[in-house]
Amino acid sequence: MKLLVIAEQKDGILNRASWEAIGAAQTTGQEVKVAVFGSAAHAAAAAAELKAADVAEVIAAGHAALEVYTADGFTQAVVALVTDESPTHVVFAHTYQTRDYAPRVAARLDRAIATDVIAVKEGPVYVRQMFQGKVNADVVLEGPAPHVVTLQIGSFRIDDLKKGAGAPVRAIEAKVDASRIRQKAEAPFREAKQAVDLTQAERIVSVGRGIKAPEHIELAKQLATAMNAELSASRPICDAGWLPMERQVGSSGQTVSPKMYLALGISGAIQHVVGMKGSKTIVAINKDPEAPIFEIADFGIVGDLFEIVPAIINELK
Amino acid sequence: MKIAVCIKQVVTREWQVRVNDDKTWVKDGDASWELNEPDAYALEEALRLKEKHGGEVVVISAGPSRATQVIREALARGADRAIHVDGDVFATADAFVAADALAAALKDEQIDLVLTGLQSDDQGFAQVGVILAEKLGMAHSTIIMEVQVEGTTLKVKRELEGGWFQWISMPLPAVLTIQSGINQLRYATLKGIMAAKKKEIKVVAAGATGAARQKITSVYVPQKSKQTRMIAGTPAEAAKELVRALREDARVF
Repeated sequence: MKLLVIAEQKDGILNRASWEAIGAAQTTGQEVKVAVFGSAAHAAAAAAELKAADVAEVIAAGHAALEVYTADGFTQAVVALVTDESPTHVVFAHTYQTRDYAPRVAARLDRAIATDVIAVKEGPVYVRQMFQGKVNADVVLEGPAPHVVTLQIGSFRIDDLKKGAGAPVRAIEAKVDASRIRQKAEAPFREAKQAVDLTQAERIVSVGRGIKAPEHIELAKQLATAMNAELSASRPICDAGWLPMERQVGSSGQTVSPKMYLALGISGAIQHVVGMKGSKTIVAINKDPEAPIFEIADFGIVGDLFEIVPAIINELK
Repeated sequence: MKIAVCIKQVVTREWQVRVNDDKTWVKDGDASWELNEPDAYALEEALRLKEKHGGEVVVISAGPSRATQVIREALARGADRAIHVDGDVFATADAFVAADALAAALKDEQIDLVLTGLQSDDQGFAQVGVILAEKLGMAHSTIIMEVQVEGTTLKVKRELEGGWFQWISMPLPAVLTIQSGINQLRYATLKGIMAAKKKEIKVVAAGATGAARQKITSVYVPQKSKQTRMIAGTPAEAAKELVRALREDARVF
């Protein structure tokens, strides 16, 4: 086995999820190399950070055409390096960037891919969530190596990362034909003013689809007030415009870790859970006893939130 | 502009998932089914683009015969015609098998733009759209929150993590995977439902599908990573115990 981890950087700053992917790769006890792509300067800056890991080599693959991420540019560059290095496994953290091009890398290599993997067992057998996190599936990848694997953020612990004496860094020119990059990307921007900083909240009351109608948001607001908590929501509530986007918790919203997170009528889809599973105490109130949110809750109440919430407000008075 | 929308029929979100007897899939014989939600947003976006720029919206689904339900629904909402790649294999197929089938059915259709949801509610690979783009030789972008077409150029707003976005331009033809919430969904009108009955559904037998790359060896209910204390009783009793536990045990107040 020979693993190649594709780290991710933005403006030379490493994405922290890359450390999780490296740590997971290290647990195999096999040879691990790490590659990072970008402009030569950005790749070098990220590589200088990455060399702290106990790995065989860090490859800083630079090219002017990779200064800004594009699916076409990164697919070409990663496919070329994988072909040169011939690893058995290519490992990514399952970031939004990875989601954009890792399947294309696998398709161009004509090799198998497992996405959003939450654990790896002997085999390797990959564990994936299915049906919105209600069940897990063990899957094996078929066909010749290399196999591409993307790891769910937060599923592998950064603490498991083994540091070394300083891995050798090799700077190379990434193989990219800039004339074959079809996408032109503009600078990232933030839409909402982020007037609400949920990351600093000690207590959060969060509403999901179970709240049923916009007029019921007021009930959740009353509970938040009674608990001296901030109000947040899962994605569907913000999509529907019942609460502003800046109050969204989850992979596309804010990531929070308050002392208490009370999930009200939130089923616990993966995209939401990644944004709040670091909370100290999680309370789930849901009518469905099999809602995945109960898997991660410290306290759970199965029942009608329209009866339970007024009772809690009453109890807090 | 000719737009293809790839849709999938999935079990409803409310359906209680049960693992089947040999633990390789779920017992979905009695399930209720619906259009995969992100695909519904992709369809809506296609209908809006057609209203603005003219052209045709073709829905395509690789699924078992029961997928006719969501194909009819898409036609009722306003798609012009449909292609159904019919095969039981697609009920549990991996992304390569699905993308192969979709690519084969679309390759001679002269499609300008392919839209699909960013992932499905069942297996949730988030791969099919991207692999399809590679197979069709088209540019692609994922997790899209706005689509603008200017001549033969596409300008899209791609969602990034943590509330960030980015504008990306690319030439047509292209494949986009659409994020939920990009627009407000319309529902089928009675007139739409009646009109759908006269619209064409071209059924293509699955035939020899591409090689599967991923095999499911076991499906199971996840083990709890945490001890959850379930609080029972009437709403008043449960509320009282929860508030006590939060105060005294968890000390969050």
